[in-house]
Amino acid sequence: MSTIIAVSSEGPTLDDAVDPRFGRAAGFVIIDAAGNTRYIDNGASQAMAQGAGIESARRIAEAGATVLLSGVVGPKAAQALSAVGVAVVEGMDNMTVAEAVAKYRAGSA
Amino acid sequence: MIVAIASGKGGTGKTTVSASLASVWAEALARPVMAVDLDVEEPNLHLFLRPVITRTQAANLEIPVVDADICTRCGECRELCQFGAITIMGDMPMVFAEMCHGCGGCRAICPVAAIGRGTRELGRIEEGSAGAIGFLNGRLRIGEAMSPPLIRAVLARLDSLLQKAGAPGPDVLLDAPPGVSCPAVAAVAEADGIILVTEPTPFGIHDFKLAVEAFTPLGKPMAVVVNRAGAGTGELHAVCREASLPILAEIPDDRAVAEAYARGKLLADVDAAYRTMCLGLAEAVAKHVREGRHA
Repeated sequence: MSTIIAVSSEGPTLDDAVDPRFGRAAGFVIIDAAGNTRYIDNGASQAMAQGAGIESARRIAEAGATVLLSGVVGPKAAQALSAVGVAVVEGMDNMTVAEAVAKYRAGSA
Repeated sequence: MIVAIASGKGGTGKTTVSASLASVWAEALARPVMAVDLDVEEPNLHLFLRPVITRTQAANLEIPVVDADICTRCGECRELCQFGAITIMGDMPMVFAEMCHGCGGCRAICPVAAIGRGTRELGRIEEGSAGAIGFLNGRLRIGEAMSPPLIRAVLARLDSLLQKAGAPGPDVLLDAPPGVSCPAVAAVAEADGIILVTEPTPFGIHDFKLAVEAFTPLGKPMAVVVNRAGAGTGELHAVCREASLPILAEIPDDRAVAEAYARGKLLADVDAAYRTMCLGLAEAVAKHVREGRHA
């Protein structure tokens, strides 16, 4: 299975900042093995009173993500992501989406 | 008669008033009384009444359990649940027990009856007596985030105890949780009347106004006890006048009261004058609720 990376992001491009929140991230940039990117808006989760992390987890799992790069992932979201085998890398905030992906690919995350 | 003792702000004296009313109720009104602590997140009425607990039972919330072999992954339960408590991750149905509000909607909507009943413990219901005073309280499980379901379970237990007691059963004093959100509303919803305990501080007055706003639509007789009366009480008087709420007692800002409280002593036992005040308050509360209910 090829690696598909999801990055919680404040905007739709590789130059946008990583959103440190997972469940209430503005959206996710999805990067496939060939380097193609697309953007999933997460506004619906931001508006939820609770369960935002779980819904966000479902959203990136449906997009086929196998790896998530984010700031902090809450316990219920982590449980949901683990159930579908999405690997989670935390502490990827204070950088752009492109920098986070480069850091992950360099194996230094 | 069921009377809820509530407040907007916490720490205004709900338990002080509840405990002392319970202790003088029988003497003031010649009626048996039951004291119920509904502040299930941090119950403390027992510290003042010191009841002997004779029965403890768990209170549970019904949550879904999905049979993954029957489930077709149609996602109807996920669409219905407003709390994200049930979902399908990849190809597996998943239940997040601690998010569930126990409405049973997922089970009702499931087209293939794949969802059965499980339970989550909300907390414990304890009952007993302190002398002639009946006692009941709820104690939320540590880690449980939702208190209204346990508050309703305590009230359901109260209801069955009152049914068993027959008519005329005891009067009931409900020590409500602070605030004006779901737990407080759940606690006062079944009462015949509400006593708001407040204090003349900026926070006290602010939250008192919120409480008046939140509870007035319930259409129940409502009255006020001012605690730590002194500087600033004038503004509270104005708010009460505006809302047409009678003030049934004013407990002065008195070090003797604070010292008694710190020792777990009842306001009614501070001295003869406070006892007289509490007896008068019990009579006034009963009268106000009785007349308000029939008005």
